[in-house]
Amino acid sequence: MSRAGVLAIALFALGAIIAPFMLKPFGIFLISMWAVLTIAAIGLNLTLGYAGQVSMAQGAFVGIGAYTLALLTQAGVPYPIAFVASGVLCFAIGWLLGYPALRVQHHYLAFVTLAFTTIVFLLLRNEEWLTGGIYGVNAIKRPVFFGWNTGKAMDYYFFCLGVLSVISFAVWWMLRSPWGRAFVALRENPVRALSLGLDTRRYTLMAFAIGSMLGGFSGALFASLVQFIEPASFALNRSFDLLLMVIVGGSGYFMGPFVGALISVLLPEWMRITEGYYLIIYAALVMVMMPLAPYGIVGLIERGYKSLTTKRGQQKPASVVAERAAP
Amino acid sequence: MASFIQLLVSGLATGAIYALIAVGFTLLWQTSQTINFAQGEFVMLPAFFILIAMNHGAPFWLACLVGIATSVVVLGILFKFIIVDPMLKHGVLPLVISSIALALFLKEAVKDFYSSQAQPFPVLVSAGDFHIFGAVISSQSLVVLGVAIVTVVGLHLMLNKTRLGRMMQATAQNPTLATILGVPVRKMVLYTFLVNAVLVAIASILISPIYLAKFTNGETLGMAAFLAAIIGGFNQVRGAILGGIILGILDNLSAAYLSSQYRAAFPLIILIVVILVRPQGLLGRVEERTV
Repeated sequence: MSRAGVLAIALFALGAIIAPFMLKPFGIFLISMWAVLTIAAIGLNLTLGYAGQVSMAQGAFVGIGAYTLALLTQAGVPYPIAFVASGVLCFAIGWLLGYPALRVQHHYLAFVTLAFTTIVFLLLRNEEWLTGGIYGVNAIKRPVFFGWNTGKAMDYYFFCLGVLSVISFAVWWMLRSPWGRAFVALRENPVRALSLGLDTRRYTLMAFAIGSMLGGFSGALFASLVQFIEPASFALNRSFDLLLMVIVGGSGYFMGPFVGALISVLLPEWMRITEGYYLIIYAALVMVMMPLAPYGIVGLIERGYKSLTTKRGQQKPASVVAERAAP
Repeated sequence: MASFIQLLVSGLATGAIYALIAVGFTLLWQTSQTINFAQGEFVMLPAFFILIAMNHGAPFWLACLVGIATSVVVLGILFKFIIVDPMLKHGVLPLVISSIALALFLKEAVKDFYSSQAQPFPVLVSAGDFHIFGAVISSQSLVVLGVAIVTVVGLHLMLNKTRLGRMMQATAQNPTLATILGVPVRKMVLYTFLVNAVLVAIASILISPIYLAKFTNGETLGMAAFLAAIIGGFNQVRGAILGGIILGILDNLSAAYLSSQYRAAFPLIILIVVILVRPQGLLGRVEERTV
């Protein structure tokens, strides 16, 4: 990683730690939401940015994770077990869902996951005996670890930030391993990856299942953050929102989901003045951005930075020539 | 039995509308690899063009013509030149994202600038019922069915019996070879966008009296188009027609006989079964993977 990249990440992390001390309770809620949604977006970025598959199911996985945590903790299961269960369940469902869809062509996963999101929404809404139907699940607990009660907004934010850090590090480590390199190969040139002996289908399926698992973890955190969940929170709009987050941030870039989630959480608040027109403006911005910068904001910054540094590099010989010519 | 026939006919009518939407959807895919996630919103919008024309005092028939013409300009020409063309060089995925954003944009625009309430929409013929074998069949379903059949047959004749239609098919099947043979490929691709715009406008006129014109209509209709296209076969016009009709009938029968709560889930289960068993769709050809 370049020195500028490390510096940017350090500044970002510092900002995330200082921010809650300078914010009102609602601001802390917003940055907690940012941390939670970033985890789901990192998961989707694995599927979309690295394995090159469009998934419209990430919102549904967030929902499955949220309901799993809420229902298990209410049944008296200890928080850590319920939390792990949210992720594991989503991993299993992701595997089962991806298996048929990834047998066939690239755009099929998009449709199958679209269908899946609708089915999950219907199940959450209709199976009242389990999920409480449209009334949702109330009074979801926040965890206590060795006497550290995360009930307050600030404490819970740091818990979310902690989980986000662990997951980011794990994903970063995974992407540097031969495994992660295989993911990138899938996106860049699937046919060549196949010809080099990579089992492309298995790797794509793995990327999708791991991405789904992160969606589940994000959902578990989401449930305790809002403390009240209902089916409508996990309808198709949530999946679209997550998808746009990854794209706007920069799909296939490690920092993309962080930036995308930040914009998606903050933009509606900044655009309060535009009242109801927020979504129109957001949609229009995405449409304008796609042809100009399909690689997202992080991609734009990286390309800008690279072109700056290479220009400097090209100027060097010229200045050397000038120095020599001077005496 | 009587109620079964009733459901079958109304299912056939809805299915015919789905088929129109799905045919346009597959045409765009075949000629320009455009997966139009805004197809449902494309059906929702022309109804509002027509309502706006009527608010300005136009009679219904004139408003329909204005609606179809506006739809050709906005959803055909502008859509192709502003959204699709700049994206094509970036591949399939960015265009998918763009069309999702477009769907959101159209939906919100109608909500904010027209109304968030469902709007009544004039019917093509005044209400009346026919009695066949004890079943009551509304004249509306028959008219919907009739118009849809005429449109599909007309499209079929155009694609298969005219020089223009054959050139469009050649473009869809092998653009490179079509270019060599002197087919103006770019013009043909544009024509498929225009055909799609006309199809969605007709579908809009047929479905809006039943569903009422509302900004959220596109969600279910777009889904129906994808499902019909995949069930029938993504690369065949007749596949899309078959898929649409199966979907419409299934939708009505399952709501009545199985579970109305899970009405929306049955087509999705069929979708997953089709993908598992026959991924190219019921009538589709297997597409080769390209490098």
